[in-house]
Amino acid sequence: MTETLVPSTAPAARRPLTSRRSVRIVGGLLLPLLILLVWQLSSTLGLVTASQLPPPASVWVAAVDLFERGQLTLYVAISTQRVLIGFAIGAALGLAAGALVGLSRAADIFFAPTLGAIRAVPSLAWVPLLIIWLKIGEESKITLIAIGAFFPVYTTVAQALRHVDRQLVEAGRAFGLRGVRLFGAVQLPAVIPSVISGLRLALAQAWLFLVAAELIAASMGLGFLLSDSGNNGRVDRILLAIILLALLGKLTDAILGVFEKWAIKKWA
Amino acid sequence: MSASPATRTTARPAAAVRTGEPTGTDAAYAVQFSGLGRTFAPSPGSRRRTRAATTTSVEVARPVLRDVSISVQPGEVLAILGTSGCGKSTLLRIAGGLDSPSAGSVRIDGSPVTDFDTRCAVGFQEPRLLPWRTVADNVALGLPRGTAREAGRARVAELLELVGLSAFADHRPASISGGMAQRASLARALARNPGVLLLDEPFGALDALTRLKMQDLLLDVHAAAPTTVLLVTHDVDEALQLADRIILLGQEAAPSGGSRPPGATIVQEITVPGTRPRDRGSAELAELRGRLLAGLGIDRHGDPRGVATGTSIPHFPY
Repeated sequence: MTETLVPSTAPAARRPLTSRRSVRIVGGLLLPLLILLVWQLSSTLGLVTASQLPPPASVWVAAVDLFERGQLTLYVAISTQRVLIGFAIGAALGLAAGALVGLSRAADIFFAPTLGAIRAVPSLAWVPLLIIWLKIGEESKITLIAIGAFFPVYTTVAQALRHVDRQLVEAGRAFGLRGVRLFGAVQLPAVIPSVISGLRLALAQAWLFLVAAELIAASMGLGFLLSDSGNNGRVDRILLAIILLALLGKLTDAILGVFEKWAIKKWA
Repeated sequence: MSASPATRTTARPAAAVRTGEPTGTDAAYAVQFSGLGRTFAPSPGSRRRTRAATTTSVEVARPVLRDVSISVQPGEVLAILGTSGCGKSTLLRIAGGLDSPSAGSVRIDGSPVTDFDTRCAVGFQEPRLLPWRTVADNVALGLPRGTAREAGRARVAELLELVGLSAFADHRPASISGGMAQRASLARALARNPGVLLLDEPFGALDALTRLKMQDLLLDVHAAAPTTVLLVTHDVDEALQLADRIILLGQEAAPSGGSRPPGATIVQEITVPGTRPRDRGSAELAELRGRLLAGLGIDRHGDPRGVATGTSIPHFPY
């Protein structure tokens, strides 16, 4: 490996190559490029038929085609909108429920077993019920995504609050803090890093639940693109949808990652 | 350090202002322990992590303190000495309303201690600073509720000056030394303008020299604002240097033919002679030191000298 050899010859004061941002970005892109290369090669060498695995170029053509029809932008926009709204609702409720269960023993005894059982229900099990109750509209999908985003936040917040340093809490109490003030001054700042990692998990879960919602009952969105293309045998569009989901999920996660870095610097 | 009593301008919390009492700005409260006892319940849910010890001793309730009765004068410095685990921290926690007694009562300024009593301020064994706040903001946490913003800021600055941390006001606790963190913790306790200052081995984790400096700092603070201080320590020299009176907690000797009752109580009470600051090399104190160490179960490797009968030193029983 040349990367590991270079720093040893460089002056001692220089930062190791692997901690540089440019190296990290380029290094992270290596594997996707390699996959793309293998993909292209297997198509050109005829290892797989084009109907099973179309070459990258035809996926690109499919993307351009959908974009020109105005569908691609619409699908991406509507899916992102559903994820963001559902995530916001689910995360807010998860934070509130997690705070309640994490802080109050009574609430823990009363709510935690039920919430744990609801959490165990697979995402797809909600779909028929939500469609009957809320019809095939935005509400049913956003509700499903909110359910998906709720539990990671709820679980991490409740757990983290239960493990806040007792000594700090006691010190806070000894200096006259209680109730909401104690929560704001001691407990909440102490769990902020866990809250954010819970949010990241919730965001990933929101994308999972989005596809579950759109696969079954939708007329637009990336999940709809998947199911529609599956029915039509358009493997290029299926691959396109998968790639778009991967990119969007990574992008939103990266945004939260930046926020996490800032928050950890500020609170930990 | 030059802090005059006039600098203690911050208003006391309303709950602490009792009718008639106190007069002046530097009220110090009397603390009265009467027949105090504390037994830890056998529940495994107690906050101590006794998971390793769940094999045998958890079944029985554990008496820690019994029949502790002493009254502390306003402005007095009382040192509570004892071996490790004898319940001296528990006694202090009960005085501050952080724990409640199983028997007996504690009264501060004549009225019973409430939960997390606002008349007290606690200096913990560990600094217990909030890691996400600056040193100044941590000290500000100790300010009585309802302190005006400007007055609070001035008070914090003054306290940081007093403990020599002005240059580190904007640092986070993680970036200052242990001794500095402990000083910040002391400043936070002082920010309350407490009627009773409870210190739980406040200098225990510090190196020997820093500890001596902190002791002098505490004396300066006390001279400037003579509040009542209960000081838990296992350091005999520290107790002799700082305290007006020292109580030694421990197991009473078993009466002949009987078994001794469980739980620690006051086995010695010593009034320390002389005024502070005391000569660290005093021979009289050295004799008291030997006696206290003997009370703590340490062989002094020598014989008691004549000081015990000397007129200048009152000794127990008086």
